[in-house]
Amino acid sequence: MFTLKGNRLPAADVKNIIFFVRPRLELMDIIAENVLSEDRRGPVRDFHILFVPRRSLLCEQRLKDLGVLGSFIHREEYSLDLIPFDGDLLSMESEGAFKECYLEGDQTSLYHAAKGLMTLQALYGTIPQIFGKGECARQVANMMIRMKREFTGSQNSIFPVFDNLLLLDRNVDLLTPLATQLTYEGLIDEIYGIQNSYAKLPPEKFAPKKQGDGEAKKLQLNSAEELYAEIRDKNFNAVGSVLSKKAKVISAAFEERHNAKTVGEIKQFVSQLPHMQAARGSLANHTSIAELIKDVTTSEDFFDKLTVEQEFMSGIDTDKVNNYIEDCIAQKHPLIKVLRLVCLQSVCNSGLKQKVLDYYKREILQTYGYEHILTLYNLEKAGLLKPQTGGRNNYPTIRKTLRLWMDDVNEQNPTDISYVYSGYAPLSVRLAQLLSRPGWRSIEEVLRILPGPHFEERQPLPTGLQKKRQPGENRVTLIFFLGGVTFAEIAALRFLSQLEDGGTEYVIATTKLMNGSSWIEALMEKPF
Amino acid sequence: MNRTKGDEEEYWNSSKFKAFTFDDEDDELSQLKESKRAVNSLRDFVDDDDDDDLERVSWSGEPVGSRTRPGSFQSLSDALSDTPAKTYAPELGRPKGEYKDYSNDWSPSDTVRRLRKGKVCSLERFRSLQDKLQLLEEAVSMHDGNVITAVLIFLKRTLCKEILFRELEVRQVALRHLIHFLKEIGDQKLLLDLFRFLDRTEELALSHYREHLNIQDPEKRKEFLKTCIGLPFSAEDSAHIQDHYTLLERQIIIEANDRHLESAGQTEIFRKHPRKASILNMPLVTTLFYSCFYHYTEAEGTFSSPINLKKTFKIPDKQYVLTALAARAKLRAWHDVDALFTTKNWLGYTKKRAPIGFHRVVEILHKNSAPVQILQEYVNLVEDVDTKLNLATKFKCHDVVIDTCRDLKDRQQLLAYRSKVDKGSAEEEKIDALLSSPQIRWKN
Repeated sequence: MFTLKGNRLPAADVKNIIFFVRPRLELMDIIAENVLSEDRRGPVRDFHILFVPRRSLLCEQRLKDLGVLGSFIHREEYSLDLIPFDGDLLSMESEGAFKECYLEGDQTSLYHAAKGLMTLQALYGTIPQIFGKGECARQVANMMIRMKREFTGSQNSIFPVFDNLLLLDRNVDLLTPLATQLTYEGLIDEIYGIQNSYAKLPPEKFAPKKQGDGEAKKLQLNSAEELYAEIRDKNFNAVGSVLSKKAKVISAAFEERHNAKTVGEIKQFVSQLPHMQAARGSLANHTSIAELIKDVTTSEDFFDKLTVEQEFMSGIDTDKVNNYIEDCIAQKHPLIKVLRLVCLQSVCNSGLKQKVLDYYKREILQTYGYEHILTLYNLEKAGLLKPQTGGRNNYPTIRKTLRLWMDDVNEQNPTDISYVYSGYAPLSVRLAQLLSRPGWRSIEEVLRILPGPHFEERQPLPTGLQKKRQPGENRVTLIFFLGGVTFAEIAALRFLSQLEDGGTEYVIATTKLMNGSSWIEALMEKPF
Repeated sequence: MNRTKGDEEEYWNSSKFKAFTFDDEDDELSQLKESKRAVNSLRDFVDDDDDDDLERVSWSGEPVGSRTRPGSFQSLSDALSDTPAKTYAPELGRPKGEYKDYSNDWSPSDTVRRLRKGKVCSLERFRSLQDKLQLLEEAVSMHDGNVITAVLIFLKRTLCKEILFRELEVRQVALRHLIHFLKEIGDQKLLLDLFRFLDRTEELALSHYREHLNIQDPEKRKEFLKTCIGLPFSAEDSAHIQDHYTLLERQIIIEANDRHLESAGQTEIFRKHPRKASILNMPLVTTLFYSCFYHYTEAEGTFSSPINLKKTFKIPDKQYVLTALAARAKLRAWHDVDALFTTKNWLGYTKKRAPIGFHRVVEILHKNSAPVQILQEYVNLVEDVDTKLNLATKFKCHDVVIDTCRDLKDRQQLLAYRSKVDKGSAEEEKIDALLSSPQIRWKN
């Protein structure tokens, strides 16, 4: 399998070439280039194209405009809607979903989400209860119900795995992605970016291998790696002790070789070697990564930034121009960093006072360029950076009712989801938590303040498939974030899943795995 | 690849993808006895690769490509074509009358369902406005983006602009879809017309302004920006757009002038610090920095003087001082830095003031490797004592540390600091003198 690139196709002795792509116009240009650069003298090859997850009229038109549409023998679609990233995590990996849904009112991604859910139900049984909060959630539920009607006749006889589906609009909680994540995995994503479970890291702290020096170190990060599964969702401050304990355990294990006296014992030791070596390699990698992260988290600027974020989230001084933000602009820190902070302030203040907003806007445009008017407009439209209407700040009510800010956080042995941001409990996860126990009726008032309708739907199951949970048996909830989810939120949900008397286990689905920076970046206007 | 458009159309139209699907169970055509027999007899030797043969010949004997048939068949992709649709699929040998009825039987909902499956389908027969709108409604209720797009393309082609806009104004989903579609294919003109019709003035203005990102040539971009002034932006944004135009206008002049000076080789500043990049399209603050760097002493009258920039763009004092400081510090022009902060009061005494807090000044000076004496002077001006001590310690301004400890009467801290100064230095002596002085009442 080759990565799509411009110019010529790589040399290969094959008759058929299949392009396996998302339906994006820019990719059509590259494909046309590939097709047109074919060597006429060589053997004729057959081209096919598979769109994931759906064919697109516009893409085919583009291919036609570029004169290559006729070159394709098969033009099909491959309905891969939800991609499994881990045992409890699925993503559509649709970067444009948030912008399309919340800025443009385009429901295509929602349609795909609904289709993905139908596929899941075909495999794992009809989900008996659907809860939702948000406009898009409502649309997806409607689509699901409609799709189910259209497929009547084929009754699903699979015993349901999921008890509930919770659909949540991203814009119900605009705050969480803006804050800097503080879990181990969250920080890797914030600092280096995790793409498709891979992270590229600077090579300095890693033992050089075959690859040339200076090349970034690429690591795959998922729960198949024991150590990673253990530390990924911990607050970063709790990782160090795990690593040092692990180091002792591994050292001791290797020391065992001195105790092996008999052939049998030696044989046993040797058989365990691969596992121990893997464990040691894993420990070495994560020790290096932890060191890299620590360099960042112990820096003065990180501390200053975190202080400001936490002030905003606890409701302090959200109504005036912030000195740290001003300094960042004056020193021309990366624009996305600045935008995250001003948006955070705006969300924690239910919008900024016009004077404050104008001031920030002017500083930003003068420092980074006037063309960013377009980005600022998008941010306003998304509700992230806007003037305060009605003069009323709702955030304190939401914060207090949902207990979003917890003063005493235990980072080492957490008792509450607020550990993922060292004090701030992700609003979205809090909503899920309260839905499970004691139910949303207890927070009616807050739900009305948050945008979009909230609802409940039941999908009838044939008798015989209706499940009765044993006492002590956990319910399984599939929670679907429409517009993106962060690793910190995933960590928080996993925390809830493993609580002794939690009552609910979560499987997480989303349109995109993201962080505050990739989120804002997707909202920036670029040249066509 | 130089295929003529005609060739290409034919090639495209005859591609296997367009094959009429004999497998279609719910296809009303299969209900026809005659056709069913014919179809079944073909099944034996038809396989995917041989569809070509079937496609080219019509069952009634007429060669494909003739446009005599009413109700031409179209697939989803064919809907894109601006030329009238061609007949290319086999037409079954039914009496003309029946055939006509048959094709008109397909309701909008059937049509839309067929479109969704990517099947051959006719849109041309939806002639009346009502029919077209019904088709649109069906498409929208299906939530399928491709189908909605196909129908919109058809409507765009067969309805006049005004009617299309009027009808979509009250159909939010279709409207949003059209806007998204026009943005994707880059039909800027129709998009702006649409915004104008809907009176979405701010979006109209921003959409128009957005185009400037695609214009590389500075003169052309400048001219384009001029057309953006006066568009219905919000009051604040209008000012920014005006500034954007003015800034680029100035930058073009400055760039031309400076490039000339640089190549002439006579100006010292350009010789010592050759320019690394053009000033075109840089943000305002960057331009100010550039101006403070290369044109600091120029009088207000020139476009490239910092004062001119300050006045034209109403740059606040804070921003101005910060930028000028950074530029002059980079050039190690300490006198200029001094002058920035020195003001004469009415008695003729000079005093140093800063609109930005002297700790910031110190940081910038340090970043530019200012000599310790200069640093020290500004550290001394920091008002907050803790900050002052911190900075002094950080930047090794010994005298300031010593004096501050003395003022705070903090013996312990002074003692601790003693180990940080060089042995036998003047500072060490000074510390010792203070520590042994009987006149100071230390607090610890």
